[in-house]
Order: sequence, then structure tokens, then C-alpha cells
Amino acid sequence: MTEVDLVIVGAGPAGMSAAVTAAEIGLSVLLLDEQPAAGGQIYRNVAKADETRGDILGKDYTYGLELVTAMRSASITHVTDATVWKIGEDGTVAYSVNGKASLVQGRKVILATGALERPVPIPGWTLPGVMTAGAAQILLKQSGLVAERAVICGSGPLIYLIAQQMIRAGKPPLAIIETQTKSDLLNAMRHLPHALRGWRYLMKGAKLLSEIKRAGVMRVTGAENLEIEGDTEVRAIAFTHRGQTTRIQCNLVLLHQGVVPNTQATRSLRLEHAWSSAQRCFHPITNEWGLSSLETVYVAGDGAGIGGAKAAEQAGAISALHVAFALGFITKADRDKRAAPILRLQSAELALRPFLDRAYPPSDQVLKPADDTVICRCEEVTAGDIRAYARLGCTGPNQAKAFGRSGMGPCQGRYCGLTVTELLSQETGTTPDAVGSYHIRPPLKPITLGELATLEQTLTDETKGLI
Amino acid sequence: MNNASPFHNISPSDDLVTVTFDGIEYILPDGANLAASLLEAGLRYFRNTPVSGAPRGPFCMMGACYDCLVEIDGETRQACMTEVTSGLKIERAHRDKGLEND
Ligand code: FES
Repeated sequence: MTEVDLVIVGAGPAGMSAAVTAAEIGLSVLLLDEQPAAGGQIYRNVAKADETRGDILGKDYTYGLELVTAMRSASITHVTDATVWKIGEDGTVAYSVNGKASLVQGRKVILATGALERPVPIPGWTLPGVMTAGAAQILLKQSGLVAERAVICGSGPLIYLIAQQMIRAGKPPLAIIETQTKSDLLNAMRHLPHALRGWRYLMKGAKLLSEIKRAGVMRVTGAENLEIEGDTEVRAIAFTHRGQTTRIQCNLVLLHQGVVPNTQATRSLRLEHAWSSAQRCFHPITNEWGLSSLETVYVAGDGAGIGGAKAAEQAGAISALHVAFALGFITKADRDKRAAPILRLQSAELALRPFLDRAYPPSDQVLKPADDTVICRCEEVTAGDIRAYARLGCTGPNQAKAFGRSGMGPCQGRYCGLTVTELLSQETGTTPDAVGSYHIRPPLKPITLGELATLEQTLTDETKGLI
Repeated sequence: MNNASPFHNISPSDDLVTVTFDGIEYILPDGANLAASLLEAGLRYFRNTPVSGAPRGPFCMMGACYDCLVEIDGETRQACMTEVTSGLKIERAHRDKGLEND
């Protein structure tokens, strides 16, 4: 088995900066990532995207190139196309590349597995042609595809960014239907003084909005009762606004209700998690260095709580410094000296978050889906099913699995977990923390018996070699 | 099925290969993301759900939702995590469950 000082899972901003920081100090680093190239979802394909794409996606995207370049110059073993399917408490990590499984032993592990789009259970969200807003961005970054005749709907600043990119690409969205309300904005206002430290982002937001306005894109806020129509694919989206129903014919619907930490890996390790009522999601509990409830495991970036790309980059470096200290590569004084300026930048970076969380909350419709709305895409379980299980005495997500298979399909609850927790919390009158979430067991992604067999073979061969 | 693609490619590639999807030939960019390329080619739905047979297509494009599942050489794979290579024989996953809507 390969042994390294540090295994990092995920090559987004947090993983890349952790890898560079640790490698520069002299740690041996193995960086595992699912994608064919470094960048994560935010800087996906940044090293290969041509100029046209770079122009449309903007400077915040092309900035990722700096990180990717820094990674190349440092001595980091970066394994691409690697599916991590088991992480052990002792720092062992099992992964597969092209159907071949391997095991690595890290003295420490940093999980930088990023975020997922919050589930958006509304009628019709399972139809072909409905995608997450993040998916639309990935299509643009990875493949140069821009959605045509698309409607963007939901809540969150990402919506404006995507709309602007579509406008720049000459394919403005047919409409932007937002679910946040004026009173959300008013609630957010008390966080504005603090948010002013993040004025650059506020300016950027204002610029995006004016570009959208200039392009003449229809924009509605406070939309309710969203419903996507179509039998085998999207045909239209309908919504109500001030009591009036509007229907827009379209080819694609891009949904967004913010992003949430991807907790599959952290849950599989049974790390301690807590519910964030501001961001309405679970996150692993970490200290200021990203150290989790397990001594070997750190969580850096959006996977530990949503803060965005820059904050994730800073978090990666901070965790790596702590790892370097814990393994005896640098002194405590050195660690603190290097970390101080990064921590200062990070606190400025995070200043806008409370404002954004209040101004763009997930809509009531997705937090309390109607009974006949499918909430588990894989097993097609509805919100009404979950409520019925609650009435029959089901108190937690793991019991709900047994009642009706929600969370047991291939996505392993990634797109229903939070909804099930919310529903059970509402029905049983207990807190989301008390309701809890699905137990996640390895493999984190489906693997074949053949992959397991190759792993056993390698391990047996290695043991023989030792004798 | 509506074969007009709902996507516009701003930087098309001219390095093309042939694959088949449910027996029909498609010319796709070599080495590109399979899910993206099939979407660009006008395909909307990739699989049927094993429960009700409902049609599904790519939702997350990042390997998390499994709605882009296809069958390649008898193996079920995520199209969004697969690269286009010449001669791929792709079929809808669980198409036996499918509704007659092609
Ligand atoms: S589109 Fe979600 S896994 Fe491929």
C-alpha cells in the first residue's frame, strides 16, 4: 500500500490550495479527484477552456488557472478520474480509476469534496430538460454548451451569474423567476453593515443585475407555486405572482436554491455534524483549522459549510498548515505566522455570507413540498409518502428508508436527504438535529465486484512481497 | 422525440468520432463529455427509472444524481462521468421499463 503524509480528496479550490501549501512545506501529497482535470466544479476544465469560453465565464473563472498552474509546479501526485469509495478512520482511502481499485494510507486526510445543489423538489423537477443551474454552468465550462430557450428559476446569486453568461453568449434566458421575496431582502438588511466588508461582491451583484436588465430579460421575484410541465420532457413552466398565474413555454428549466455541503464522505466517517439554521443544511463540525471530530480528518471548503470559492481556497491552505504542524514539519509559531494573513482574508471573504443567506433563502415550496411531489428522484418517493411514514411513527431518515426506500437508490440520498430531514422535522415537531440524516455507508459510489477483486489481488501480492 | 438541440455550442470541436445510441449513429466530439455531447446531439432522455419507467436525463452533470445512467457494453455508467470514444455502443438504462414515446 502506498503511504503518504497527506491524502486530499477533491481538486477544487480547497483541495488544490491544500495540496500546494502542504507540498511546498515538504509533505508527500496524494490528491484524488473524480474529474479528468483539476479545478473542481467552480474552475472546471479551466486549463483547457478556450478564450471565447473564458471571456463568457469571466475573470472569477479564469482565476482558477493560477491555482491549477501552482499545482503543476509543486510536487503533488494528482490522480485524475479517481472515484473515492471508502475512507477509513485511520486515514486509509480506497479509490478506483478505470475500474481498477487501489488503497492509499495517509497520515492525515483532508476532505475537500465541496458542495451540491440543494434539492429542488417541485412538480416536474424530474423531467428531462430540467437541470440544476450548476449543471448548466458545468456544460458551459466543460463543453462550451449554452442553454437555449431556458428559464432559470429559484433563489441565489448564482442565478444572476448564469444569466449574465448566457446573455454574453448570445442566448439570454427567456425569464428569471425568483422565489425570494422583498421581506427576505428586508430581513437581510440588518446584516448589510457587516456585509459591506464584502463590497466587491455587492458591486459585482449590482453589475450583474444591471446587465440582465439592459438585456431586457424578464425577471420576477416572490414567485410561488412553481410547476414544470411536460410529459416526456419539459414544455413549459408555470408560476403564480401576486395571485396571477403565468406560463412560459421553454426547452430547459435551470433550478437553483443555493448550494449545500456535500456530506457523503464526512457522514460515512460518522464525523459529528450540526444543523445550520441560517443555511438550512447539515455540516460537519470543524474547528478553525478545519479539523473534524476525528484526529486524522480535516474538512476544508464548501464541504464544511458554504463560503464560496475564495474562502474554500483559504480554508484549504489553513488546514494544510495545521496538518504540517501536527506531523512535525513546522513549528506552532511558524504555522500561526503563516496562517494569520490567510485567516484575515478569509474573515473578509465570509463577511457577505449572513446577508446572502437571509436575502436568498430556499423557498417554502422546496422546504415543504406538496404531498404529490416526488422528493426522492431515484426511488420516486413523494413528500406525502414521507408524511405518511411520520404518522405511522417514523421519526428518522434511516427508518424512512425502511418504510419506502427513499435514499436507497444510486444517488444514496444526495438529492433527497435534506428534504426528508426537513419533512420529518416538520411532521414530528422536532429539530433537524434531533431528526438527523441518512447513515452513509461505503462504498460512497457503486463499485463492481471486479474492482474489489483487483484490490484484493494487489494487497495479497504486496503482503507476499513483504514476507 | 424533439431532436432540435436545446444547446448551442460556442466552441465546437472538429475532431469527431461515431458512436451509437440505441442503434442510431451519432457523430460526437472525440474525448468530450458523453452526457454533454448527447445533449448537444438533441437527445433529451437517457434512461428510464426502474420504479415507474419515467424518462430521465442529466440533472447535475457532476456525478451525483445518477439520472444520466446509460448502458455501455452491458455496464451501467454515468454518462456525465464518461468520455466520448470512437465506437461506443450506448443504450438507455432500463429501457425495458420505458414508455413508448420515441
Ligand atoms: S447528470 Fe447527475 S450523475 Fe450524471
